Amino acid sequence: MTENRHKSIGLSDETAVEMYKTMLLARRLDERMWLLNRSGQIPFVISCQGQEAAQVGAAFALDRSKDYVLPYYRDMGVVLSFGMTAADIMLSGFAKAEDPNSGGRQMPGHFGQKKNRIVTGSSPVTTQVPHAVGIALAGKMEKKDLVTFVTFGEGSSNQGDFHEGANFAGVHKLPVIFMCENNKYAISVPVEKQLACEKVSDRAQGYGMPGFTINGNDPIEVYKYVKEAAERARRGEGPTLIETITYRLTAHSSDDDDRAYRSREEVEQAKSNDPILTFKAYLKDTGAMDEKMEKAIDAEITRQVDEATEYAESAPYAKPEDALTHVYAEEQ
Amino acid sequence: MPVVSYINAITMAMREEMERDSKVFVLGEDVGKKGGVFKATQGLYDQFGEARVIDTPLAESAIAGVGIGAAMYGMRPIAEMQFADFIMPAVNQIISEAARIRYRSNNDWNCPIVIRAPYGGGIHGALYHSQSVEAVFANQPGLKIVMPSTPYDAKGLLKAAIRDDDPVLFFEHKRAYRLIKGEVPDGDYVLPIGRADVKRKGEDITVITYGLCVHFALQAAERLAKDGIETEVLDLRTVYPLDKEAVCEAVKKTGKVLLITEDNKEGSIMSEVSAIIAEHCLFDLDAPIKRLAGPDVPAMPYSPTMEKFFMVNPDKVEKAMRELAEF
Repeated sequence: MTENRHKSIGLSDETAVEMYKTMLLARRLDERMWLLNRSGQIPFVISCQGQEAAQVGAAFALDRSKDYVLPYYRDMGVVLSFGMTAADIMLSGFAKAEDPNSGGRQMPGHFGQKKNRIVTGSSPVTTQVPHAVGIALAGKMEKKDLVTFVTFGEGSSNQGDFHEGANFAGVHKLPVIFMCENNKYAISVPVEKQLACEKVSDRAQGYGMPGFTINGNDPIEVYKYVKEAAERARRGEGPTLIETITYRLTAHSSDDDDRAYRSREEVEQAKSNDPILTFKAYLKDTGAMDEKMEKAIDAEITRQVDEATEYAESAPYAKPEDALTHVYAEEQ
Repeated sequence: MPVVSYINAITMAMREEMERDSKVFVLGEDVGKKGGVFKATQGLYDQFGEARVIDTPLAESAIAGVGIGAAMYGMRPIAEMQFADFIMPAVNQIISEAARIRYRSNNDWNCPIVIRAPYGGGIHGALYHSQSVEAVFANQPGLKIVMPSTPYDAKGLLKAAIRDDDPVLFFEHKRAYRLIKGEVPDGDYVLPIGRADVKRKGEDITVITYGLCVHFALQAAERLAKDGIETEVLDLRTVYPLDKEAVCEAVKKTGKVLLITEDNKEGSIMSEVSAIIAEHCLFDLDAPIKRLAGPDVPAMPYSPTMEKFFMVNPDKVEKAMRELAEF
């Protein structure tokens, strides 16, 4: 029988299954968005597929009642864990007025929802890193016990904003968790053409913080490292850089064809390590989930995705002239 | 009313706002112990401590970006760029982030940051310590750009900028810092962002300008007055978004308008002011719109001869005003 690793780090069977459900919901929503895109119903999709374990494992290790997350565009697993709903995701996919991220103004994947402390993001990569540092600084100034969690790809770890933000957080010992989701590709450019160092986590040393490279396909391992990083942050011991090794199972986006730059064999090989499959197998092997539960979860998630799709599809668009609102605060 | 320098008015505004609201803080390079390379934050470190007057690493995108994060959280950061010329590494944060945060989140988030920066030439600062950078940002809805000319305006407008719920770029003419003095009340007052101000009333010609050039225009107007030519001087104060009504009113009053900026002429703030006039009050003009500006070269040279050639000054303003009056 497989070793029960979640219990040894204080996770109940229920929480472990909850993590699986969140991962699966992210995956099924993402798959549905591709179907909608390929059938001409939504213009764009950018995927979380392959990275759900890292996203959900990390988010569950945070305090979801007070911590702030600054996700990047693949982080559906993070935002679902932080309170965004399936309907919210689909409203964003269909660019409807009720989309809490942006009211249909931004492409899908540009998350933001203040009530859940999901900080609004943009398309130029890595700009969210200094924001995470600023929120951590503000929390420290206001004597709040909060941690900020910011994610980015390995390609983005080359951006100045990553280095400037990490250095600032290191100098001021701020409660920030920098998590790189290393999915091996920055669109088409492989990691060996992105990094002059061996690992993204090697960069932590330059900024006076611990750096770890861990298995991003294992939500339990990610949970453990992020939990420890959050505890260090709350003790005033400063930031941590965690690199999660994952694989991007889809093309970069619905507008990309990855056959031009990576082999099918490589992708098929990665699919055999798909974290949805491996975590499901783990939960069954450890007895946390049985066949009956698995089927019930599948059915429940299919129902959620169907309902969310139906709801979003029939929801109204913003009025055309709503494009003019919210440039500045309304005049008092 | 006490007479204070332009830079002291700026320090007063920051001190009073930091005393009023614990969420206001300052971050930038050398703003702490040193009190800023121009001394704009002098005394703040001693009064408020290093937690609220933060000497940052030398990295402008982080100064802006960390400030933006803190502002989204609900703080009121005042980020200082040591020179306006050095704002360029932070442009992505200012334009892609600060300017768009309210709009892109459909009013869910907002970003009440002030970014202060000394701009302008005439101080032997050469290409990279003399530039006017406002035109870079003046087509970015979501931003406000304030450029005061007097100590009174500087204090009232900086306070307004700090209390504003949206991002404000606050550009201070570095030559005005100690050159320009004026009466400034000790107590609290704020001036409205987005409103121009008539600095001199006149019936014959109109000058529209901002920043240090306001003083050049006022000096030249004195000289013209001796010959019986009365000049209306409109100080834009906020260069983005522009006070279109005040511009049109000032143009209609005299029918002759001179637009002055120390920035390069092409694509400057005055290009937009010209367009507003052409669009809204062309038939009130008795003479073509006249512009006086820096030449269209990349930036201000170091040598005194070339620097003087580049800079607007009261003599150049007077000449342009006389030409316009005689049209």
